[in-house]
Amino acid sequence: MATIAKPERVQPTRRFRLPRLSTGQIVAFIVLSLVSVTWIIPFLWMLATSLKAPWELVGSNFWPEEPTFEAYYTAFFAFDRFPQWIRWTWNTLLITLIAVFGKVLSTALVAYAFARLRWRGRDLLFSLVLATMMIPSVVTMIPSFIVFAKLPAFGFQGSQNWINTFLPLTVPAFTGDAFFIFLMRQQMRGIPMELSEAATIDGASEFRIWWEIIVPLVKPVMAVIAIFTFQAAWEDFMGPLLYLQSENKYTLQLGLRQFEAAAGGLPAWNELMAASLVVMLPVIIIFLMFQRYFIEGIQISGSLKG
Amino acid sequence: MRGCLPSAFPFSGKEPTMSVAADRSKAAQPRPFLRPAVRAELAGWLFASPWIIGFIVFTAAPMLFSVYASFTEYNITTSPRWIGLGNYRALLQDPFFYAGLKNTLWMVVFKTPLVIVISISFALLLAMNVPGGAFFRSIFYLPNVLAGVAAVYLWKWILAPDGLLNQALSFVGISGPAWFTNPAWTKWGLVLMGMWWIGGNVLIYLAGLKGIPAELYEAGSIDGAVGWSKFRYITLPMLSPTIFFQVVTGIIGTFQIFTTAFIISTGDPFYASQSLLFYVLYLYYRAFGKLGPAGFQMGYASAMAWILFVIIMAITLVQLWLSKRWVYYESEGH
Repeated sequence: MATIAKPERVQPTRRFRLPRLSTGQIVAFIVLSLVSVTWIIPFLWMLATSLKAPWELVGSNFWPEEPTFEAYYTAFFAFDRFPQWIRWTWNTLLITLIAVFGKVLSTALVAYAFARLRWRGRDLLFSLVLATMMIPSVVTMIPSFIVFAKLPAFGFQGSQNWINTFLPLTVPAFTGDAFFIFLMRQQMRGIPMELSEAATIDGASEFRIWWEIIVPLVKPVMAVIAIFTFQAAWEDFMGPLLYLQSENKYTLQLGLRQFEAAAGGLPAWNELMAASLVVMLPVIIIFLMFQRYFIEGIQISGSLKG
Repeated sequence: MRGCLPSAFPFSGKEPTMSVAADRSKAAQPRPFLRPAVRAELAGWLFASPWIIGFIVFTAAPMLFSVYASFTEYNITTSPRWIGLGNYRALLQDPFFYAGLKNTLWMVVFKTPLVIVISISFALLLAMNVPGGAFFRSIFYLPNVLAGVAAVYLWKWILAPDGLLNQALSFVGISGPAWFTNPAWTKWGLVLMGMWWIGGNVLIYLAGLKGIPAELYEAGSIDGAVGWSKFRYITLPMLSPTIFFQVVTGIIGTFQIFTTAFIISTGDPFYASQSLLFYVLYLYYRAFGKLGPAGFQMGYASAMAWILFVIIMAITLVQLWLSKRWVYYESEGH
């Protein structure tokens, strides 16, 4: 397993020649292929189940004998379910997009203060930012709930406090995120200071320098932050579970639970898989489109902390 | 860069040059409202203010309040009633508290080492520069973007008594357990499904492996190191900071296990003889009056949150102390 790739021997160039592989590499390739197939099977199983009619669920067939879209129809349209799904999709989209906007904007602002401005208290506050990364989110779950139950909402979404509104799921996004601030600060520090100094001499305000010089240069990091926030907000379950009570304010993640409740513990798997697949799809599409950002993001996070 | 600031020169149609700009700031521009030093100071605080406000309102104040709340009986609607150490005393005699702690520690003890071994193995395979490496990497990472309820349901179905895994096992003559209903197997089911999500760890280990200088292996070869000894004496020590980081964050994550267990156990505290009642699930049920006394139990839940915080911090500190014995940092110049 620990064999190291030997340097390739120089071959006379010939067309259609497979790269020369060591025995270790061939074994590794075979193992990785088998594991990849195992990793893909759950997705195929999900698709296969969603195409099954109820009577095919009990058999041992992987793929349905007579594939049908019946489960999709039942999951989304039967029992007058459709208006609810539209509602939940709209709620999820709204919350997710506001959270993405808020997090990208606030992170870029705050990181600018820590990366490129000189002010008293900067270093002390930055170590505080880093310290908050250590707080397990579960520890703040109950305290935050209490705060949201006390903050006035003045009848927004029919509520006197922030509970049962979208506010707890969106407003905190506008206060940045410790890890993203850290990431963004690293990037901003890499931009030559001369750029800002020249603009200052030309009379540009700090805000203008931020918006017109710095922001365009950190767009790739903003993209990383945006897609990670999108994924986290789209798939958040605990937040909506804690804060959203009326069914018409549910997000898709909460909506999926309906299948279970309706069947009293044992869901109709074909319908549940059909609905789950559709709910997952946006994130899968975003992943396939922006894989590079995901993979770079995760490797940066590992190497920075590690 | 100056080109992108056309309207930054409101007072002249002239092409600004450095020397003109300097005295124009005295002559043509109105006196700045504040001294430059004060302005700079103010700009810093203003740009940082979103985080500062968020920290005070959504982190510091709630946490401080919850320290106080943990010494009270508090249902949000009426004001807190001071009961001193009452909550903490009650916790020490609470069977659910111990059940939650036990289940959570079980996961930490059994899942952590498995994740380390399997993800390092995958990373080692990927580091061998096999053809299609980028493709394999994407496949392993794909589940990590699916953290939602949908993926948990998928696994609940795969591990159902007549689900995919048991069907596959029956082909080779093994009759699989009822993973998510038999209390003896529920947590193993969670560990098994957790393996689908190790892609993130694999990528981080892979980055660590790629950071090991090739000269080390060359020097090792000269000294006669092969296969296992290269792994044992070069790869592992060089990877130890990454392993340490992964163990620390992995354990903190496992202590906070919620969504998966909540979905599998259908939000029922007594599901499968409480074998999936993890610490945070009990904290949630208790806070919202779904287990134990009815109504919000915010005082009790706050006490539970602080105990969890102390446990996590203690474990992290112990690891930090232990790390001196096994984590190798290049900069120390060994």
